[in-house]
Amino acid sequence: MHKLLKDAPGSHFLLLGNEAIARGALEAGLAFATCYPGTPSSEIPEQFQNISRETDLYFEYSVNEKVAMEVAAGAATAGLRTMVTMKHVGLNVAADPLMTLSYVGVKGGMVIVNADDPSLFSSQNEQDNRYYARLSGLPMLEPSNTQEMKDFTVAAFDLSEKLEIPVIIRTTTRINHIRGDVAFGALRPRKTKDVFKKNPFRYVTVPAVSRNLHKILLEKFDKALALSNESPFNSITGSGKFGIVTNGVSYNYVLDAVKDLHIEDKVSILRLGFSWPMPRELCKTFMKKVEKVLVVEELEPIVENDLKAIAQEVGLSLKIQGKGVAGLSRLFEYDPGMVRQAVAAYLGIDYKAPVPVDLSAAPQLPGRPPNLCAGCPHRATYYSVKQAFGKDAIHPTDIGCYTLGLLPPISMADFLICMGSSVSSACGFSRATDQKVAAFIGDSTFFHSGITGLINAVHNNHKFTLVILDNGTTAMTGHQPHPGVDAKAMGLDGTRVSIEEIVRACGVKDIHLVKPFKVAKTIEAAKAARDYDGLSVIISQEYCPLFAKAIGERKKSRPFQVNHSKCKNHRDCINLIACPAMYLDGEQVEINKDLCIGCSVCAQICPENAILPLKE
Amino acid sequence: METKRIVFVGVGGQGNLLTSRLLGEALLSAGVPAVVSEIHGMAQRGGIVESAVLLGDVSSPIVSNGEADVLVGFEPAETLRTLARCNEGSVVIANTRPLPPFTVSIGQGKYPPVDEILDLIRKRVKKLISFDGNALAEEVGNPLSLNMVMLGALIGSATIPVSAEQMKAVISSSTKKAFLDSNIKAFDLGMKKAL
Repeated sequence: MHKLLKDAPGSHFLLLGNEAIARGALEAGLAFATCYPGTPSSEIPEQFQNISRETDLYFEYSVNEKVAMEVAAGAATAGLRTMVTMKHVGLNVAADPLMTLSYVGVKGGMVIVNADDPSLFSSQNEQDNRYYARLSGLPMLEPSNTQEMKDFTVAAFDLSEKLEIPVIIRTTTRINHIRGDVAFGALRPRKTKDVFKKNPFRYVTVPAVSRNLHKILLEKFDKALALSNESPFNSITGSGKFGIVTNGVSYNYVLDAVKDLHIEDKVSILRLGFSWPMPRELCKTFMKKVEKVLVVEELEPIVENDLKAIAQEVGLSLKIQGKGVAGLSRLFEYDPGMVRQAVAAYLGIDYKAPVPVDLSAAPQLPGRPPNLCAGCPHRATYYSVKQAFGKDAIHPTDIGCYTLGLLPPISMADFLICMGSSVSSACGFSRATDQKVAAFIGDSTFFHSGITGLINAVHNNHKFTLVILDNGTTAMTGHQPHPGVDAKAMGLDGTRVSIEEIVRACGVKDIHLVKPFKVAKTIEAAKAARDYDGLSVIISQEYCPLFAKAIGERKKSRPFQVNHSKCKNHRDCINLIACPAMYLDGEQVEINKDLCIGCSVCAQICPENAILPLKE
Repeated sequence: METKRIVFVGVGGQGNLLTSRLLGEALLSAGVPAVVSEIHGMAQRGGIVESAVLLGDVSSPIVSNGEADVLVGFEPAETLRTLARCNEGSVVIANTRPLPPFTVSIGQGKYPPVDEILDLIRKRVKKLISFDGNALAEEVGNPLSLNMVMLGALIGSATIPVSAEQMKAVISSSTKKAFLDSNIKAFDLGMKKAL
């Protein structure tokens, strides 16, 4: 049995934050879950996928976040308890349904888990999605530790059903990826079927209906506000004259700072766990009892600005500060030392931080950027496309492992803003310049948001080459399936959707299917695609080697080695391919046989044919 | 209870996240409040992997610069790169076997001599415990057991309130049978290095 299914109220487990959210959902009787994976949210649906195999929980990896939100909305409107999870930029994709689903509301509890990524550990921006609660009018909960991640999730379902609107749980990377103690509660039964009762004047958002629904949303907001003012997730502790207001992971840093500085008697803390609607009455009570306020919140000064507005409303002129105090910035995540410094500075306490060791005499260290794996087919495709397109072509790229093609020696990533932007931006680049354009997109990203761009390119007669890097999985986020995967090989139900057939059906005339480990043929195809007067698509098909190994599909190949009697040290292998299985031993290139998977790409490009399979 | 802040650093594939998770499990079973933090995402792609375990009366899940009580480094260059987490009172447990990054192979940087790295660390912190952890893992016939060697050394250093027995119980319950024997042997060898 999956550990999150244990019917063991009161038992304690060490859970990943994301596992705690999944457990909370199960305790609340979750019946239906959807997602598009995205770090740092991906481990939540991973639990649901496994659990759906042994229970009647319905789970799907949807094609993208908008679809995931809409699938979940349908199920929640029918009456099921539903969860949809995504990373912060995923909510941009799902923003369209979000903004009107808030009007329509739900019948079964619906919880949207949104994972922000301050410091951009694995994202293209660090937007603060607390704004989405304000934009949509939906309540937002912000847990601070693993226990709360579970407990807040249970509460979020109840709150959602009570108010008949979705509730957003907002996490940050640090919260998603902590492990801590969680005391389990009781599991509530799942309701996996209901009956949809028609009500077009609630569910069909023509203007006349939505005018009324907007009014209803504002009424729900007032109810949510009253609940927020009373919520145990919002609390005032301490009775000192110095106020600190905080949320999310920062709450931990504040607690530690107060303890470390021994100022328990000097401060009062307002912690916002049910952070939207902002508990205005509680904020007023708090601000009336303190002399000044420090706001400790990562990213945007949202609470800071709201507090200033609330203070104005009740005629308070106390000083409210946040951003700009001793290193508290709108950039990146906070850390305990930073918050301790800020609290000390704000209270005027003489505090000396621990001194990091002096590294001024340390030798320069070589960088260790993440790299495409040994035998990664993306590397092979990049090599061949570069042979055909040269160095001056423009390469819009997309989001996935292959974004690492940014790094030398591949250096074939020129533009990236979001999922799917490779295809559509290539339309713009190819019209606005006379340069050749070869855009790259992965298979999962193609399904996520590449297809509409491709149809646009066909319809508007754009001329460029799109390279679809089909490695059979969603590799970057941990090998989740997508519509193009061989579901059977993964032991899943699901109908495989052919990328080739889609590309053809979109109206693309020049299509090349290549196996990237066949270098000469791939270069030939890339040259033909380059020379085609129109839109051409190369579909490069080869399993991600990590995924192939995981599903038992990796073919046994002998590793390769350098024959030093033949090698003349051109180093094309190491300089052009840069496979991490290669290294320099003195002046000679060697291949680490434990890392080499025998893809043979280096052997095919060696001008002396000096790279050969290792003899058994 | 005294607060302890332990940082683990290594390279993708060295098993450092498993180490911090097992330590977290052992602390929980010993009744010691603890929080573990990890950075996921790039671990399988040769990047730097860092995790932390904070125990005792502490809420924060991460360790600021200058605040680590113990740094467990699975790879010498990464240990040095992370040394700013330490102060002059810190204990450093370091594997001495280098795993040069790919940038070195393509001429974008030099890997400094390991002795130079270790000498510098030794001068800057209270105590350095260093050994060739990969050699010990190879000695027990399981090259992947480097993480157990490092965990053994951490327990052997007596810097945290977990006994060898408590730790081994957790290792036993979370290891596949085929690797259990070698993992425990690796743990013991690591522990001896730190005693």
